[in-house]
Amino acid sequence: MRRYFGRKLLIYGLTFFVAVTVNWMIPRFMPGDPIASMVARANVTNAQAVEAMRAYYSNLFGLDQPLWQQYVNFWGALAHGDFGISIWLFPTPVTDVITQAVPYTLALIIPSVLLSWVVGNRFGAYAARRKLLDNTVLPVGYVLTAMPYMWLAVLLAWGFGVLLGWFPVAGGYSFSMRPNWSWTFVLDLLHHWALPFLSLFLVALGGWAIGMRNMIIYELESDYSSYLSALGAPSRLIRRYAFRNAVLPQITGLALQLGVLVAGALVTEIVFAYPGLGSLILKAIQNKDFFLLQGTFLFIVLGVLIANFIIDIVYVVVDPRTRAGMAGAQA
Amino acid sequence: MSLQVSELRVYYRTLKGDVRALDGMTFELRDGEILGLVGESGCGKSTLGKSLIRMDGRMRRVGGTVTLDGHELPIDDDRRMNDYRFREVSLIPQYAMSALNPTRKIRRMVTELLRSRGTALDTAELERRMDQVGLPREVLDRYPIELSGGMKQRMVMVISTLLDPSLLIADEVTSALDVSTQKAVARALLGFRDSGYVKSMIFVTHDLALTHHIADTIMVMYAGKLAEKAPADVIVKAPRHPYTRLLLESLPEVGVRYTERRLEGIAGSPPSLLDPPAGCRFRDRCPIAGEECAQEPPVAELAPDHHVACWKA
Repeated sequence: MRRYFGRKLLIYGLTFFVAVTVNWMIPRFMPGDPIASMVARANVTNAQAVEAMRAYYSNLFGLDQPLWQQYVNFWGALAHGDFGISIWLFPTPVTDVITQAVPYTLALIIPSVLLSWVVGNRFGAYAARRKLLDNTVLPVGYVLTAMPYMWLAVLLAWGFGVLLGWFPVAGGYSFSMRPNWSWTFVLDLLHHWALPFLSLFLVALGGWAIGMRNMIIYELESDYSSYLSALGAPSRLIRRYAFRNAVLPQITGLALQLGVLVAGALVTEIVFAYPGLGSLILKAIQNKDFFLLQGTFLFIVLGVLIANFIIDIVYVVVDPRTRAGMAGAQA
Repeated sequence: MSLQVSELRVYYRTLKGDVRALDGMTFELRDGEILGLVGESGCGKSTLGKSLIRMDGRMRRVGGTVTLDGHELPIDDDRRMNDYRFREVSLIPQYAMSALNPTRKIRRMVTELLRSRGTALDTAELERRMDQVGLPREVLDRYPIELSGGMKQRMVMVISTLLDPSLLIADEVTSALDVSTQKAVARALLGFRDSGYVKSMIFVTHDLALTHHIADTIMVMYAGKLAEKAPADVIVKAPRHPYTRLLLESLPEVGVRYTERRLEGIAGSPPSLLDPPAGCRFRDRCPIAGEECAQEPPVAELAPDHHVACWKA
């Protein structure tokens, strides 16, 4: 058990290192000069002043140092939890900008990923081997899962937001409101949350339902199912066993899909101008905000890695075979 | 009479037409009798085993009846057949190695299975039977993956017979085992019969030598029909059907070196059951076939309990 998790942690550590390095590299090798745009924002024409500002900002952000030094500094700062200062929202620290956006993203991703997984699995399992449901659910599932996130998001925004006017199409809450803990505000939050959530939920749902339906059919054909039927066990018990076994690959699937799901969530946020990390990334790119971009990516990488690690632990709990493998096989 | 099968016809539905896997089987099985069912692949022996407990979706009963202890079994009604499964007819499947749910500990699986059939688990009885086949009791608290192949096989044997069925079908149970394990399994099956856990047993196999050790009666099938049925010793020592004789001749004998003579197989192959030829189905491969073999031979009782379907016997 210890060796297993030790190895896992090592792999996660390596992944983290590589991801953070790539993370650091991407904005620096992007075309464009953030300092130039900052200086341009200040509308200074005096060449000397421009030069002074340029030197000041370069020094402030540490961009005047050689690349390798910047890289070392970056890790040093990271160790202190210091992500640097945002260029776009100068002089707010990146950490503050991100902390404001994270709750929105989490509130979107966690329920949509978990709920779509749970509901999709239940639904797929129920539909398997039931002709009528199978013939209706399956095509709908394929259509849903083949849809790009943003396309469904745009459709929903257009249908429920513009055409029917039931839901707002932009923002995390009404512009007329100030964040507070009143019921009206919470309801307003939910109202804005509904459409982005729904688009994420629906796209993922189809995939899980199809996967589960196929797995259940496979499990119902398996030897232990035939044996139970031959002993006259009711189909309720056989289906329960099949579900238990079929859910294992679905858990692996969840771990594999996590990155895609997060990417989808980020794009969806942009469609609905939802004030989460996705919108933040867009703004950071538009403003060549190295530090914000770095910080956001880092946060996402961390989140995905942690989620994967949790899934690893869950898998060990639900599949006795992994545990048996860890303890060494017994005769 | 515990089991009576009369004129049973079970066909497989395929796109090309019906495959007549069982074409009019009639036989009886007494209480306490172990029947060895032998024949080459595709002769219908597994189909017969399946028909008695659970037909798969492609199988169709065309005619005939199966009566167990005076009740006619609704073999082609999956739902009504459930009442008889496990309690009256039980199965040790060919795939015993993978017959246990991999994600349940064995104790829990057995408890849930029994509860689903409306019975509580009698742990003392279960453990007694495990002792009898030499399974340590810790096995109950393990997952199937933690057991060896032989242990899984024995566990399945114990589970299948837990409700003391009247008829047990052991379908190729020894095919995947090495010789020493085969012997242990055969002995365990005999023990089950002698302890009264099962009244009678059909032992489906293609291993004539092993069958001889445990079966009271051996039934040889060919191309969906009964060829010969007789007490085990008679089949081995004085077979009357030419197919049985050739089958025995194709087995190597212990202590004999086959340098002079090559071990003969039976030339040719069984007829297609999709559209079987009229008359005796063994005719084309039979060394003594004659004119009359164009007619189908009836099953005749040549001596008490010795049934043969051959004109020349």
